[in-house]
Amino acid sequence: MKASFGRRYMVSASHRLHAAALTAEENRVAYGKCNNEHGHGHNYVVEVLVGGAVAAETGMVVDLPALDKTVRERVLDRFDHANLNLDPLFADRVPTTENLCKEIFALLRDALPAGELEHVRVEETENNFFECSARG
Amino acid sequence: MIFLTRRATFSASHYYWNEAWPAEKNQQVFGRCANRNGHGHNYTLEVTVAGEPDPVTGFVVDLKWLKDVMEREVLAAYDHKHLNLDAPEFARMIPTTENIAIAAWQRLEPAITSAGGARLNRIRVYETPEIFAEYRGEA
Repeated sequence: MKASFGRRYMVSASHRLHAAALTAEENRVAYGKCNNEHGHGHNYVVEVLVGGAVAAETGMVVDLPALDKTVRERVLDRFDHANLNLDPLFADRVPTTENLCKEIFALLRDALPAGELEHVRVEETENNFFECSARG
Repeated sequence: MIFLTRRATFSASHYYWNEAWPAEKNQQVFGRCANRNGHGHNYTLEVTVAGEPDPVTGFVVDLKWLKDVMEREVLAAYDHKHLNLDAPEFARMIPTTENIAIAAWQRLEPAITSAGGARLNRIRVYETPEIFAEYRGEA
């Protein structure tokens, strides 16, 4: 049987939305409060959904501690309590939550201990979230 | 196509143990979940059905009917129970969140399909707010 296992993690990070290609005024118009010069922060929730066959002997799609270790090493250690703008992944890209979601998907896609990465969902606040899925 | 989801909660105990393995391997693979005295969770069951709104009622399904089906087929068997000891399906498979999602599908699907309206689309079972499994009827 194929099922999916989901796990939610928290990342507290700061960012500033500011595009180098835009003027200061254009940035203010495009990003509003998020363009504040000194940045701001969020408690992001990162939801990881892993699909695969349920192993008969364990009843599991993926071993939870092994998944946690991968996510911790690839994502949480990198982004938690960090300034996203200073990460090399965002050297020439604005750290919107869309882009963060895509980067987390790419960091995890080939690193999972088992199964296939079905989606990464990043909730920036309780009221807005973004999803990247294997369907493209 | 409209996807309609109804939630319910149930509180149950369980443990993880593979009888084919020695105790040491069970403890190594399942950690704290292998404690034979069990432990418990407040589970959240999410049932998603898919269909078109009925032209007369505007309903994909009657939510009261769906609530009753969930209570009869799943909650009566799982709520305030020990899953390993009280639910027959978990005598032959480990009551992981994945297997609970599959078992809930198998309990609900005949009742929903035989009603002739919406189809069962997805089951999600949250073991904690941070851990869940979903099953979409795939073999």
